Amino acid sequence: MNRFDYTFRIMAAALVVLLAAGPFMPQWVLFLITISFGKGLVVLGLLLLLRTGLVSFGQGLYYCLGAYTAGSIGLALGINDAVLSLLSGALMAGLLAFILGFLLAGYRGIFFAMLSLAFSMILYGILVKTAMLGSTDGFNVAVPSFFGTEISGNRIRYAVYVLACLAVTLAGFLMNRYLKTPLGRLSPAIKDNELRVEYMGASVRRAIHIKYVLAATLAGLGGALTAVTVGHIDPEMAYWTTSGEFVFITILGGTGSVLAPFLGALIFESIRSFAYEYSPNTWQMVLGSALLLVILFMPAGLWSVFNMRRREV
Amino acid sequence: MKKKQKYFIEKFTTIFLVTFLSIVFVTGWTLSAAAADEKPIKIGVVTFLSGGAAGPFGVPARNGAEVLTEALNAGGKVPAPYATKGFGGAPIELVFLDEAGGVTKQVTEFRNLVQRQNVDLVIGYISSGDAIAIPPVAEELKKLTVIFDAGTPRIFEDGSYKYVFRTGAHATMDNVGAALYVTENSPKIKKIAGINQNYAWGQDSWNDFEGAMKAFNPGVEVAVSQMPKLFAGQYGAEISSLLSSKAEVVHSSFWGGDLEAFVLQAGPRGLFNKSTVVLTAGETAMFRLASQIPDGTVIGGRGPHGVFAPDNELNRWFRNAYNERYALFPTYPAYKMVQAILGVKAAYEKAQAANGDKAPDQDQVIAALENLTYDTPSGKVEMSLGKGHQAVQGTAYGTVKHVKGQLTLTKIKHYPADKVNPPEGVKSEEWIKSGFKKTK
Amino acid sequence: MMDLLTVLIDGILYSSWLFIIAVGLTLIYGVMKILNMAHGSLYALGAYAAASLVGFWLNHGYAPLGSYGMLALAAVMVGLVMGPLIERGLFRFFYGKDEILLLIVTFALFLILEDAIKLIWGVDPYFVSEPYGLLGTLELGGLNYPGYSLIMVGVSIATGIGLLWVLQYTRQGKLLLAVIHDREVSLAMGINVDRFYLITFTVGAMLAAVGGAFTAPTVSVVPGMGVEVIVLAFAVVVIGGLGSLQGAALGALIVGLVRSAAVHYLPEIELFSIYLVMALVLLLKPQGLFSSVEARKI
Repeated sequence: MNRFDYTFRIMAAALVVLLAAGPFMPQWVLFLITISFGKGLVVLGLLLLLRTGLVSFGQGLYYCLGAYTAGSIGLALGINDAVLSLLSGALMAGLLAFILGFLLAGYRGIFFAMLSLAFSMILYGILVKTAMLGSTDGFNVAVPSFFGTEISGNRIRYAVYVLACLAVTLAGFLMNRYLKTPLGRLSPAIKDNELRVEYMGASVRRAIHIKYVLAATLAGLGGALTAVTVGHIDPEMAYWTTSGEFVFITILGGTGSVLAPFLGALIFESIRSFAYEYSPNTWQMVLGSALLLVILFMPAGLWSVFNMRRREV
Repeated sequence: MKKKQKYFIEKFTTIFLVTFLSIVFVTGWTLSAAAADEKPIKIGVVTFLSGGAAGPFGVPARNGAEVLTEALNAGGKVPAPYATKGFGGAPIELVFLDEAGGVTKQVTEFRNLVQRQNVDLVIGYISSGDAIAIPPVAEELKKLTVIFDAGTPRIFEDGSYKYVFRTGAHATMDNVGAALYVTENSPKIKKIAGINQNYAWGQDSWNDFEGAMKAFNPGVEVAVSQMPKLFAGQYGAEISSLLSSKAEVVHSSFWGGDLEAFVLQAGPRGLFNKSTVVLTAGETAMFRLASQIPDGTVIGGRGPHGVFAPDNELNRWFRNAYNERYALFPTYPAYKMVQAILGVKAAYEKAQAANGDKAPDQDQVIAALENLTYDTPSGKVEMSLGKGHQAVQGTAYGTVKHVKGQLTLTKIKHYPADKVNPPEGVKSEEWIKSGFKKTK
Repeated sequence: MMDLLTVLIDGILYSSWLFIIAVGLTLIYGVMKILNMAHGSLYALGAYAAASLVGFWLNHGYAPLGSYGMLALAAVMVGLVMGPLIERGLFRFFYGKDEILLLIVTFALFLILEDAIKLIWGVDPYFVSEPYGLLGTLELGGLNYPGYSLIMVGVSIATGIGLLWVLQYTRQGKLLLAVIHDREVSLAMGINVDRFYLITFTVGAMLAAVGGAFTAPTVSVVPGMGVEVIVLAFAVVVIGGLGSLQGAALGALIVGLVRSAAVHYLPEIELFSIYLVMALVLLLKPQGLFSSVEARKI
């Protein structure tokens, strides 16, 4: 009960601070934070998988699917409501994960990683060749509306930002609770020794399937959020380097807490954005080196810095 | 002892991280705030600075921008009517942004360029993919954006914008011109084939070429149309397919590294001997691959640029200045960039004059740029399509012939603007299908 | 039927290219259990080194035929420099840790190398096309093919046979097979596993560089040319079975033919036909076509 309150308190406090400070921050900061939160959601899903001992190099599949779903319902059905877009993206991703999970739940280690990569590249290939969805160019996503009302130009950024903060807080809260449930606690057990878990009577396969769907749903939510924020989507979102980025952020932030993905995402996006502006030819090197340093000296990720007092025995 | 050390390391790291992040944010904040009071006119220039498109495209464009800006800021160097310093006396400052990384990334960076770096206007975009995605964002952010090169006709045919302009003609011009040229210069054409990049530019180029060829050569059929992915790089199988198609004319709107790879791979296999190959964007590869492009290839420059440019004072000055600085002659991306900057300059100064010689605001510049006709090293540019936001020019094509080891273009033919551009209000596709009617 | 012959020829040409880039990857995995995501960057390094060397060679006016030697030399140099540098300087610190961790380390390496290439060679494309045109063309199946393509096929066959011979018939090769089979037992038997790791990675890097160097004359050498290659190499290696040489050959053949057929008959699926095959193989035979089931250690 103690841990629950701690994380929950931080999240609540952060939410209040973010919402209050929002109207005073420049547009580009709101934009940066919203994008980071979109990616953070995907990474939250990866956190769950990593805790179970699985690395998915294909979360881009669901990220992209969520984004395209959000964009498509706008394109085809004229639905531009922000919340509906997010929900539809998450739902679609979850559905696909449910189907693919039957296959993927049987794989581990490198094969799980490679198979997930393969599926994301398949989606990439399909999208690139689909002229109706703009092939390599993708298409623009219309400005979102909120519960039927249109919001004027300048306030849109803040509105989406608020939505992102709320979505992230909700996801973080739910995930935090989930990790305390028996099924959630199975993750580290599975990572340690699957055979023992089976002997205890729990179905490893089913557990992994469920976690996979959860991770995918989060990724789809993140993708839809990105689509609504940026206003444009393209197949690059399903490319393996995008999935690689998510894994990168997961390692960077660490898996210590549900807050870690968002911290990691924020740092990553900030560095990336500024590095791109000032030195477009070395930002990858900077990130790569940072990743190596983190792996070498802080293998539990940057979040372990905050874990000083509450270390596991 | 170990635990204490770890504690200190981690405490240090926390402090470092927090400080670092704060510095980063505060710097970004103050920079973006401070930029608002600066006097020079800040132009965000977006073009390919890395990757396969940089060498043949992005770099010449950037060079063109730099040469022109330097001369303008020095005042009195550029021939009339552009002799005033900068834009109406105010110096110009260029901020470059790399167009690489995909469309979504570019949309994100555009927002940063406008909101974080506070540029006064944006000139850029070579890739049609980017050029379709950016206009709605430009409208949302209300920032004057001038597209200087991207060729897809869709921008102003599928939408109408207040803040977005394109100072270069679009792909329809290139491809109708190409169709005219090959029809005039080749005997009976029964089959055509194409290899184009699978995105807006490639698709539109091929559609326009196919439509125009069918209009000029009734009965012609398409043997094969290959649409490899942008930046694919390896075209062995596609080239085999083109060779077996036995088409008289092979069309390609390839550009950048793809064009160069295609020429390198297809040349030795005899594709250029078996068919007449039309490269609508071939001018950029002309010099770099001079020895690899065989005689008989038809080359376009997306307008009267480079070797197709007229001999006027502006052109002479530009070629000279560019050559002095870079030891090379400018190719069409450089010309189009110069065209864009000069267009804005002309509009700015026109608006300034109408404003009692005071610095005009963005709306006034926009009003002046609409329907403007102005001079460039490539001749006159008229902003006469897309409700005054889309430029038209004539175009030209030539055939490659090696004379004494040097690549030259023979049989150069120019086509006037109204012959190769659709009239206002008519979509390119319809215009071609209707048999090029000049109706409104 | 001319068409079918063309598909076959194109398929084989593409397969030979795929084999060269995949064989290094599978070798490294087989011995070191590292799936090297930076393989594509080594490929790119080979291409750039080739461009520089051939440029240097031709500028000094030496015989054009020697440029082929330059290509090979470039690959060898890249392997000899990058191999030990990466293996001793980076991987060494991660042995014994999770497989996945090493995968991520190689991803970080990939990011670093991509920019390192840009810093050393700049962003402009390089051309090294002379070797490509030197051998003229030949007619196969009614179409012209450059003689150079045969070199690719030759190099890949030579590599395959060479590697196989070394592994099966030389003492060092057999020791290597032992290490591939079981690292711990080999160590217990007194084999210097560390040294084998170094040699293997160097050879693997060289092979990647060979792929790049010999591809360089057919394309414009640009930054980012390694990114696409990694996924293709993965697909081939996974299809054939991680660590299996024969698997890499078969995988390359399958992927090459499938893609060639796709381009000729159904261009729409060309792009993801490769990943489709990869997914199919993984579903039916998860360890790939040529590998044995590994016992799970409890």
